[in-house]
This record gives sequence, C-alpha cells and structure tokens, in this order.
Amino acid sequence: MRCYNRSVLLIALVACSAAFAQGPTYQRGRTPTQEEIRAWDISISPSGMELPPGKGTAKEGANIYAQKCAECHGPTGAEGDFRHGRLVGGKGTLNTTRPIITLGSFWPFATTIWDYINRSMPMYRAGSLSADEVYALTAVLLYRNGIIQENDVIDAKSLPKIQMPNRNGFFPTKPVWKPGTKREFGLYP
Amino acid sequence: MNTNKPDRRRFLKNGVALAGLAVGGMRSGVAQTLGSEAVERHAKVAESYGERTRFETVARLPQAPTPQYQRAGIMLTPLQDSVGIITPSSLHYIATHNHAVPEIDPRQHRVLIHGLVDRSLVFTMEELRCLPSVSRVHFLECANNSTQLLAGDGRKAETVQDTHGKTSCSEWSGVPLSVLLKEAGVQKGAAWVIAEGLDLVKHAQSIPLEKAMDDIIVAYGQNGEALRPEQGYPLRLVTPGFEGLYQVKWLRRIKVVDQPYMNLLETTTYIRPMPDGKAHWFDFELPPKSVITRPSGGQRVPGRGFYEITGLAWSGGGAIQRVEVSTDGGRTWKDARIQEPLHRFAHTRFYFPWTWDGEETVVQSRCTDERGQVQPTLTEFLKTRGVDLNYWKTTKARVGFFNGIQPWKVTREGSVQNALL
Repeated sequence: MRCYNRSVLLIALVACSAAFAQGPTYQRGRTPTQEEIRAWDISISPSGMELPPGKGTAKEGANIYAQKCAECHGPTGAEGDFRHGRLVGGKGTLNTTRPIITLGSFWPFATTIWDYINRSMPMYRAGSLSADEVYALTAVLLYRNGIIQENDVIDAKSLPKIQMPNRNGFFPTKPVWKPGTKREFGLYP
Repeated sequence: MNTNKPDRRRFLKNGVALAGLAVGGMRSGVAQTLGSEAVERHAKVAESYGERTRFETVARLPQAPTPQYQRAGIMLTPLQDSVGIITPSSLHYIATHNHAVPEIDPRQHRVLIHGLVDRSLVFTMEELRCLPSVSRVHFLECANNSTQLLAGDGRKAETVQDTHGKTSCSEWSGVPLSVLLKEAGVQKGAAWVIAEGLDLVKHAQSIPLEKAMDDIIVAYGQNGEALRPEQGYPLRLVTPGFEGLYQVKWLRRIKVVDQPYMNLLETTTYIRPMPDGKAHWFDFELPPKSVITRPSGGQRVPGRGFYEITGLAWSGGGAIQRVEVSTDGGRTWKDARIQEPLHRFAHTRFYFPWTWDGEETVVQSRCTDERGQVQPTLTEFLKTRGVDLNYWKTTKARVGFFNGIQPWKVTREGSVQNALL
C-alpha cells in the first residue's frame, strides 16, 4: 500500500515538473514586440553581438568630446580628480598605493566604453548621442589611452576585437559563483 | 415603491443632520476636559499615516564626503539606537551614487524578461501581484561598509552609525525571480542574467543564473508596505547575502545571457585592486560581520553595575550560528544569546549580560556563520590580505569587504570610544 502511494506520488511529481519545463504555468504577462525589445535592450556583451550599425574615428570624435564631455572630464580626459571622472592615463600605477584607475589602465573590455557612453552619457542627457557619435567618442578614449591610432575605424566588428592592456589583470580568470563555498579567514574570497 | 424613495432619503438626511448636531453638542459640551482632547487626537491619528512621537529624534546621517566618495550620496542607518532586527523603512541606509531618485508611476511601470528565453515577457505591476509571492527577512549592505575608518580622510568614524551604518535589514515581499524566469523558459547556454534599473545611469549588474534561480526576490514590498522611493519603488531586486551592487533598484529589465557583461560599476568601482596590481572581480557574498551597537562609540555607560550588551551579526554566508563577546579586551570570549527565530542572510540580534566594575576596558564581538566562517580581528584580516595597516590608510585602492572585529573602549568615566581610532 505504502509503495503504491509512493509511486503515484512519483508519477505526479514527474508529470508536474515536465509540464513546468515545457511552458508557462501562470499565463500572466504579455509577449513584447521585437521593436519594444530593441528599444529597451541597451546591454552590450564583451562579444559585441548587440552593437548597432555605425562607425567613428578618434579624429571625428575630438570635436564631440570637446562639446559634450570636456566640461566634466577635462579637455583631455586625464584631468579628473577622482577615479570616476578620470578617463585617460594611469598606466603603471596599479601596483602602487595610489592606483589610477581609468579605462586605459584598468578596464578589461572595450565594449564597456560603448555601453556606458550610450547608456548614461552625457549625464542628464543620456540617449541623446547617435550610434556614430558613441563610436567616435569610444575611439577618442581608446586613442588618448594609446590603444588605437587616430584614424582607426571603430565599429561593431572592430570594437570587440580590441585587446585592452589590463585584460589579464583580473582573478579568478573566469568569474564563477558556487553556492555555499567556504572562504578562508579574512579572504573574501 | 418609487414614491417612497424621497421620503426615505429625507429621513436619512434628517437623521444625519440630527446625528451631526448630537456630535457637535457632545464636542462643545466636553471640550474643556483633557479627556475629549485625547479622543479627538486619537481619531486624527487613526485616519492618517502614523508618525513617531516628537520625543524620538533618531535619524540617518549623510556620510562625510571624502575625495573618493563625494558623489556617493550615502545616508547611514543609526544602528546605535536600533532594537530587534528590522530597520524601519524611514531609517534604511541609502546609497544611490548620488543619482537622483526617480519617481515612477506604478501604473506605467513594466518589467521585461528577455534574452536566452523561450518566450520574452512583459509584466505590469498588477500582473506581478497575481503571481506566487514570498516574504523574507534579509539584510542589505554596501560592500565598503565599515571601511571608512581606515580610508584615512573625511570625518572620524566615532559612532557605530559612522563605522557600520551602510547596512539595514527589512522584510522584503515579492515574486521569486525563478518564477519569472521559469515562465519565460530559460534556454540552454544561459549562465548569467543582467538586471537593469531605471535610475539616471540605468545601473546594470551581471548576476549568476544559479543565484537568480535560487533565492532572489523581485520585491515590491518592504516591511509590510510598498517599497520606499529610495529603495527602488515600485520594484527592486533583493539578492540575499550579495553586496549592495546586486540589489538593483527601480528594476525594469532582466536579460538572460551567457556571460557577465562587465557593466560600469562591476568594471571599475567594485573590483578590488590588490597591492601587486592584480584585481579581484565579482566578490558576490559579503563576509561574516558583527558589531556591538550598545554600548558603542559616543554613548555612555551610566556607572558600574548591570548593563545588557547588545548588537547585530550578519553574513552573506547564510545564518549566524554563533556570536561571542569579550569584555576584557579580547583575553576571554563567551557565547552571547542569539535572538530567535534565525533568518538566513539577515541581521541577527545578540545579547550579553555584563556587570561593569567601573574600570577601563574594551568590549567587542565576533561571529561565526553557517559555513563556519569566522569574523577576524583587524590584525588577522590584514595578515591574510598580505598588507599592513598603513597600506589601507594611505592607499586609494578599494578597501571593500572589510569585516574585522570592532572594539569599543569604555573609559572609567563611562564614555565609549572607537578603539581603532
């Protein structure tokens, strides 16, 4: 009798979980249109797969930088007095007691530059830049950090291929999370 | 029947008028007595949103600006006056990176689930409220809480509000993120989700899918009511035990993806540069931490005799298993009583009976969590990080995830001071 009950329960459980995996259970929410998703999806992967069409060079971007960025970040981008603001320089400072963290000295991926300018900049006027302008400004910052040449064209293809100088400065090499991992005293992790 | 209606109405009208007269008469008749005043006040309170008495003035304080954090816009929770484990919503710490709090109409708000899913879905707030929900008690904490003492500039950290005020604990209510992800159907190859808010810079955070399917809450409620605007109204993530960065407020989008996207804050501010120039990224869970809130810096012990020591312990590792207290400068340690029921990833109140002999001493606490992780002393912490105190005092490197024991010195006069200063 007991055995019988258990097997019924087991069958019911299996049936339940199979249904769960196949389709929605609660039938709430609606399907968004492709246009809605496109309008909201501003996340750019290190692979660059979401990057839109467009292009720009540091030469083309210099003027845009002067007009829209220099007010807060300084004429060259190396003037910032705290690390959020400073965009250029800091090479060779990471192992000192005053590391200067900029996208040139620290950031592992160039795609983050495009993502953040497009997502958030200029402050209070986010979303006002065209894709071409964002590519051009990304090129300006890469050029001023000595990573590309002034006339290098930055677009959806070339941007993810750029090797950032500090790409290998991070540990663990691949960030992973394992639930319940115990850590040593004071080492987090 | 129809002809009766006007009569009935007139009767009701008159009746109301009579009742009104009667109430008016009563009011004027007893207005001179204290009793009627009390009745009137009580009626007023009952129909409004409650306020505390004017005798209670405990408040949040802004964190003193430092060159490094002048834009952080941080308000600190007054832990020194806390009782129990719940932080009143009005006193919850705030860290918005100084970006203005958006005002969002919940009727217009939508949350989008898309990416590596079988079905992209958009939910209104009303639709979310139809789904299975949970309420759980969890702490939130800024990754650099309790480090400003060692930052070397800004206001001296004299009180526990200064040292540890960037943590609070609430009961959070909402839909498990796993419910939304299962509705959308997570595809093979998915390993992370990107959560995005509607603040000025549209803060986005990469979160391991395994955590998202485990215990993250898409929360609309805090301490029995809607979220406060500064806490993400109308919708936020609560990611139990993880650093503040993962608690995405004003949530509008969840994208299921194959890898971390290296958004701004996880690329810069919340990566820990080490002395050798390498940097640790993706810290996830906060370490075990405890602090005595009473007596704590700036308070007074009113003379020798009995005094109940109390404080809070919490850990990103889960539940707090043990809290020990030392009242003799760390020579001996005894178990404190822990308040039950125990909540995982929550502030845990502890109590310790103490009879002060009137001599100068140092009181401190240390905790152990369910993983067996123990809170270290400052010396032990620095040793395992491979640096000396001077490094933390002079460096501009991030000193986050500091969880050293906090000692308070009690002087012979009964005043309490931060013994690390």
